[in-house]
Amino acid sequence: MRANVRQGWLAGVGLVALGAVAVAIVQAVLSDYLVTLICIVLIYVMLTVSLQVTNGLTGLFSLGHPAFMTIGAYVAAVLTYPAQRKSFMMPELPPWLATQQWDLLPALLVGAAAAMLSALIVGFCVLRLKGHYLAVATLGLIIIVRVVINNLDGYTRGGLGLSGVARLTDLWWVYAWTVLAVYVAWRIKHASLGRAMLAIRENEMAARCMGIDVFRTRLLAFVLGAFFAGIAGGLMVHLVTVITPGSYGIALAFNLVVMVVIGGTGSITGGILAAVAISLLGEALKPFEETVELYGLSQVLIALGLILILRLRPQGLFGSAEPVFLPHLRATPQVSSSS
Amino acid sequence: MSQYYLQQLINGLMLGSLYALVAIGFSMIYGIVRLINFAHGDVLMIGAFMTLALIAAGTPWLLVAPVVLLTGALAGITIERVVFRPIRGAPQVTGFIATLALSVMIENGGLMLLSPQPRNFLFPDLMRTRVPIGPATVALTDLVIIVTTLILVGVLMVIVRRSRLGIAMRATAENLAVARLMGIDVNRTIMAAFALGSALAAIAGLLWGGRFGQIDPLMGLAPGLKAFVACVIGGVGSIPGAMLGGYLLGLGEVLFVGLLPPEYAGYRDAFVFATLILVLLVLPNGLLGRSEEERA
Amino acid sequence: MLEITDLHVRRGATHVLRGVSLAVADGEMATLIGPNGAGKTTLLMTISGLLPVRSGTLRSRIDGEMRSLERLPADRIVAAGIVHCPEGRQVFASLTVRENLLIGAYRRHARDDLRADLERCFALFPILAERQALSAGSLSGGEQMMLAISRALMARPRLLLLDEPSLGLAPRVVETIFEVILEINRAGTTVLLVEQNAELALEVADRGYVMETGRIVHSGTGQALLDDPAVKQAYLGIAP
Repeated sequence: MRANVRQGWLAGVGLVALGAVAVAIVQAVLSDYLVTLICIVLIYVMLTVSLQVTNGLTGLFSLGHPAFMTIGAYVAAVLTYPAQRKSFMMPELPPWLATQQWDLLPALLVGAAAAMLSALIVGFCVLRLKGHYLAVATLGLIIIVRVVINNLDGYTRGGLGLSGVARLTDLWWVYAWTVLAVYVAWRIKHASLGRAMLAIRENEMAARCMGIDVFRTRLLAFVLGAFFAGIAGGLMVHLVTVITPGSYGIALAFNLVVMVVIGGTGSITGGILAAVAISLLGEALKPFEETVELYGLSQVLIALGLILILRLRPQGLFGSAEPVFLPHLRATPQVSSSS
Repeated sequence: MSQYYLQQLINGLMLGSLYALVAIGFSMIYGIVRLINFAHGDVLMIGAFMTLALIAAGTPWLLVAPVVLLTGALAGITIERVVFRPIRGAPQVTGFIATLALSVMIENGGLMLLSPQPRNFLFPDLMRTRVPIGPATVALTDLVIIVTTLILVGVLMVIVRRSRLGIAMRATAENLAVARLMGIDVNRTIMAAFALGSALAAIAGLLWGGRFGQIDPLMGLAPGLKAFVACVIGGVGSIPGAMLGGYLLGLGEVLFVGLLPPEYAGYRDAFVFATLILVLLVLPNGLLGRSEEERA
Repeated sequence: MLEITDLHVRRGATHVLRGVSLAVADGEMATLIGPNGAGKTTLLMTISGLLPVRSGTLRSRIDGEMRSLERLPADRIVAAGIVHCPEGRQVFASLTVRENLLIGAYRRHARDDLRADLERCFALFPILAERQALSAGSLSGGEQMMLAISRALMARPRLLLLDEPSLGLAPRVVETIFEVILEINRAGTTVLLVEQNAELALEVADRGYVMETGRIVHSGTGQALLDDPAVKQAYLGIAP
């Protein structure tokens, strides 16, 4: 067992190091556009993997990631915004805030904290109830966040959107946070917390009889997902440098659900693969959509694909398991998987 | 009662009527298959666009409403057959995902085929005549909306409470297996529930378009979600509850905008969904709902 | 009236019925007893069309000739005169007593005799007449059983399938119910009775079947099974 854990550690560190080398090469060699694209894809990976913990492992149906992204993004963007133009762009900001100009990391963390707080509030109200309440409550949260930001235009520039956000994100930042997200998700899944989550997903009553605090575990999964979504939002806004209240909306929520389902609800590797495939597909189809003037085509195709998967292979790529060729990365004995 | 408040009351009843129409259909579907139909709001959009198409084709107004009802019913039956029936008995999550995907498909299909540009839509001039009620004057449109809703809901209640189909629907909603043992064709009964509920949503689309003047492919999203809020307020799965919830929500929204200073008017949607979350915390079964077991 | 030959039924991955064969003659009162999990309820659910048949035949006399039931959906089986009164009573709690009875008659096309049939049910169980307008959920366990049986009767069954009518009821109530069941049988309705209360069931039955793990292991007249020492020991709690 000892040797196994050591092996797992080494394999993991090896993978990360390999990835770091790849990042260095990519940054040096590829064009700006491609590097940005890779950043976006990795951010989607981060979003999907964190949603796997909430929706996939624990069986919740949260559509809230875009709301948490928006919160994290706006908070971080306001904090890092160049101080000279801040009071001009956002006139109602209190002076102590308007003169500040933060670095990326603290801004990201505060943004994510704000996202976690809203998750805590909503989750507290809703997570004791049946699944569909969370689904609609999180959709409602997307709308609440959009409306509030729209109306607080003295602080956020409302519908005009915030442009000129400092381009602080680079591939290293994205890579580091994505690795962290994957690591956290992986460790949770293979620890007793992950097993508790799976138990809740499969049979809540039985889980409760085993002494699992269902409400607290759900809340934890929900808030944790919100944290990474907040970070993702912060990273995204500092990559594309613009944001409007509707930037991250219901369409994104749906696409994330698709990634989770196609990857296999509860499979981290599956989530990663699905996120990469689908986000690349979306980006590839965008120029086509514009030339043919059929806006919404990629969404229709994705939705169609999802319905087909639900009919033909409802467990997605990997079900709840990780692919068999990754035994060395498991630090603990195999979790019993259910597809 | 002062003119202003009376005006607001009528506005609230009008909006509430629209919400009630959508919420009742939503509740019927939820009651019988225990699944949220995320695409229900999109049926409203289909009704609105069908109205536009009929008007453009020169159809006399008297025919438009029945055709729209029929369109809604057909849409509902199609949705049931294509999406809901294949997943009957599957875990609840599959249901969410499937109806969410359906909604995305319908909305984006609309965007693709109809363009995101809002279209205009006018009721005949007659509707703009103002009718005096007490100290206020009310557009005929608003009265028509309220009265139409009450009539349609009345008819529906008669069907549900008294007719053979209604009793079959209530039995199927309560216990599908035993309903089959009674010799009820549950497939047809469920289809009927979808047809009736969706017909109401489609008519709501006609009324909505005529009242607010503009329609676009994404117009159904917000009313669909608000219908759910109405159901939660009134009690999920209960038709009178959906109606009550719809009217309370409509009145609440209008009062919110009417009573607070104008700078808060933009927050009305946030208010609606904040109410949802609050009601879920305090009164999860709604005002009239029977208490479901707390969890799935 | 009912012929079952080598019936195999699966529920999910479990092979519940493993070659069940039995027959119920016209006008007979047959009973099926056996331990929990033997498959008795599964058998009734298969006959009434709620579960699909894996293999084997299931036939009943419809309009004079023996027809197979395996492919028929549940509502057509009710139309053919086979009515299943399910385990645990399962009345529609949100409907009134009267509505429950009316829905029992859902399938029938001759609606004019409805009133007469309601009266007949009320005559069998006067308490139901009293409680007509109340919601079925407010009835006691015994009253719900009466309602469930009446509801089944409203469909004018030729064959009545009863799943554990005595379950959870006080002995006095059980007595009343069984008296009514006998009356129904004497009036011409064939009855297939599944029961945990083996002694009571065998006393009233013309023919009995004993089912264990998906197979019929004993059969005979009611009296013969009552006297059979193996049955006595296993199901009647009587020491040899």
